Amino acid sequence: MTLQTSTERLLLSGITKEYPGCRANDAIDLRVNAGETHALLGENGAGKSTLMKIIYGVVRPDAGTICWQGKEVQITGPAHARQLGIGMVFQHFSLFETLTVAENIALSLPPQESKDMEALSQRIREISEHYGMALDPDRHVHTLSVGAQQRVEIVRCLLQDIKLLILDEPTSVLTPQEVTDLFRTLKTLASEGVSILFISHKLDEVTELCNAATILRNGQVTGSCNPQEVTGEDIARMMVGDDTPLNQDYEKTEGGDISLAVEALTFRPEDPFGVSLEGLNLNVRSGEILGIAGVAGNGQDELCALLSGEEIAESGRISLLGDEITRLLPEARREKGFAFVPEERLGRGAVPNMSLVDNSLLSASHRGLKKKGWINYSKVRDYALNVIDKYNVKCANEDAQAKSLSGGNLQKFIIGREIEQQPKLLVCSHPTWGVDIGAAILIRHALIALRDQGAAIVVVSEDIDELYQICDRIGAICDGKLSPFKATNEVGIETLGRWMAGQFEEHHAAEAANA
Amino acid sequence: MLKLEKRQSDSRLMAYLSPVIAIVATLISGSLLFLFLGHNPGEALHTFFITPLQDVYGWTELGIKVAPLVLCAMGLTLCYRAQIWNIGAEGQFIMGALGGGYCALQFLDAESSWVLVPILLAGMASGLAWGGIAALLKTRFNANEILTTIMLNYIALNLLLWAVHGPLKDPSGFNFPESAMFADAALLPLFNESYRLNISILFALFFLVVIWTLMARSWVGYQIHVMGEDAKAAKYAGFNSKVLTWVVLLACGALAGLAGVSEVTGPIGQVVPQLSPGYGYAAIIVVFLGRMHPVGILLASMLLALTFMGGEMVQIQMSLPKSLTGLFQGMLLFFLLAADLLIGYRVVFQPTSSRA
Repeated sequence: MTLQTSTERLLLSGITKEYPGCRANDAIDLRVNAGETHALLGENGAGKSTLMKIIYGVVRPDAGTICWQGKEVQITGPAHARQLGIGMVFQHFSLFETLTVAENIALSLPPQESKDMEALSQRIREISEHYGMALDPDRHVHTLSVGAQQRVEIVRCLLQDIKLLILDEPTSVLTPQEVTDLFRTLKTLASEGVSILFISHKLDEVTELCNAATILRNGQVTGSCNPQEVTGEDIARMMVGDDTPLNQDYEKTEGGDISLAVEALTFRPEDPFGVSLEGLNLNVRSGEILGIAGVAGNGQDELCALLSGEEIAESGRISLLGDEITRLLPEARREKGFAFVPEERLGRGAVPNMSLVDNSLLSASHRGLKKKGWINYSKVRDYALNVIDKYNVKCANEDAQAKSLSGGNLQKFIIGREIEQQPKLLVCSHPTWGVDIGAAILIRHALIALRDQGAAIVVVSEDIDELYQICDRIGAICDGKLSPFKATNEVGIETLGRWMAGQFEEHHAAEAANA
Repeated sequence: MLKLEKRQSDSRLMAYLSPVIAIVATLISGSLLFLFLGHNPGEALHTFFITPLQDVYGWTELGIKVAPLVLCAMGLTLCYRAQIWNIGAEGQFIMGALGGGYCALQFLDAESSWVLVPILLAGMASGLAWGGIAALLKTRFNANEILTTIMLNYIALNLLLWAVHGPLKDPSGFNFPESAMFADAALLPLFNESYRLNISILFALFFLVVIWTLMARSWVGYQIHVMGEDAKAAKYAGFNSKVLTWVVLLACGALAGLAGVSEVTGPIGQVVPQLSPGYGYAAIIVVFLGRMHPVGILLASMLLALTFMGGEMVQIQMSLPKSLTGLFQGMLLFFLLAADLLIGYRVVFQPTSSRA
């Protein structure tokens, strides 16, 4: 169990930060004690990131004070923060893929410490072993799994005399096994008196790990609690407010006729870091949601691109409702009832600098929005307004640039834009990744409603809980190969974990034949 | 300490204000320059920007220069919307003049103005072909269009020099590197015999409206826009970027070619080595100064046309070098690009703290 001390390490009072058009932080008070694992919870846009950036010195507050170990300080920048003993692991890593682990770490150290690479490698080994995060300092970063890359980031923080470690959604990229390892490390750190600020959307993780929590909503603190003493439901309630329905159990279905059939699909990507797909077989029935679990970079992107028509398979066959679509262009597939929500929202699913009206046209043009090469803008506007209204997209108006929306709101817009095309087959990549609880509930609801209308849906996700919640059949992808797919309630979490790690070869041939 | 902070959404006000800032900054720098050269800045600026437009003749001369600028700028707008950085309007302009001029020289005793139709088409086709080379290099070999179009400009210029020193040289022209004068029927009709202004300004206005409509309302215009903003989104939507690259480069080539052939069948009336004072390059500035908006492009074309006339005026009246034209154009672009930073960012004042 973690050490409980009452020594105050960090005290924020009245922190306020205003951006044009929004007050990201509004008089926030936060107290983190030594050895405390403190969760910072809130929906997207609640102000968590801004607060973290203020503590790490990236952003300066407009008002308020920061007390560090009892003394008031002005944190002038990340270097100053590190000097004080504050380390931060961002959601997106800042590592050079072509350099080794030790070289990457040396880059962030003061010059005098990084001169002796031998000694540095030795220290990296010692520290990583001490905290149970095996790391080889001589490995090149691009050969590491995402989990190992995260360990590099953490070790980089631990090399200095660290007193507060900030982690921004650290588990969103990890397998369940890697999450367990990470938590073990964090508990060791806490027992040694390091304070941890833990940002997450996943309440079960917070209740497992943290012994204090602060909840933000709209830039204000709306509650604080000890997650050990309250239920996940209580916390969720504080996050979303009183009027949003929380978790819901959706009924599983068997589905109808086969809608999407993929046979012996083979693909070799031009990108040297891409994943080859070898003889994939997959059937999706109308009226069912099929979930594909897997750690990022195991061929999900390639499979989605082949289904959407952005890439064309080398061999094999894809058919939708009996029509072969293997070589059709994306627009032709859409006309046959295909829709796709890509993983990247900004910069693929939506054009950042274009308005929501223009972004509606990106994939929905075949819904009567254009005629003989001319665009009917009044219909496009109606389409956008309908999506904004129906999916509760928060935006200035329909002419707002896509990049001005928060991640969750943009995702609601994209999902809405695709679903309103009334597709026969919807492929969704990471539908609720990094999206706040309120938006995630709405999105899952919309997917279930679409399923109940008889559409076939494929959900590719790393969020296992979500897959279990909404999918009727589930399987995994690993290293460009698909595991068997079975009814969700027949697949235990351990089995799925094994499949995600690629341990399904022996059954695979037989299962594929049955599918 | 001044610091740049990213705006949440691009500032629409700054997008329109930035050209104004650039023009004001250019005028200030220009004044300092004149002062440094030992001239009264007020008088010099007056000579540069006001004197050329003090009579009807001045305005008609302005129109002659606005026409090629607008044509080239509309073609470039298409390219830049798609983020195809075509610097080659100058070469396409020259090829249009050369191809059209060659055609005109085949009809030296023409009497009907219908002869203009094949001449103009030949000019457009030549420019289009020149744009097509860049498109081929881009789509087939992935060659950077900035480099290829600049190189093609020099090739076009040297082709022109070779032609006027060789095959197109007027046999009875006392060995001057010029072609014969075109037949009167092969010249663009004038509005009024006292002025040089011809119907090329109508071509310019026509294509201004056509390209604007295409960009604002057509599906292909939308595709071009998406491709320029976000290549991955264009791929997601299924737009064919190779086809779009061909479309914009060919269209720009044809428009610049029309501008070129209109120049030789207009004010010049023959093929000469100095066909263009740099319309193709100035049009690049027009596009950015005009915010890729048709009204803006028309106004910016007038300003840039004025810099050509102002340069000549200060040369005549104050014996200052004509290259001041290029200097003013350069300063405009320089200040514009700098001011454009303020569209996406804002300047905030942050008091420096005592701690480093």
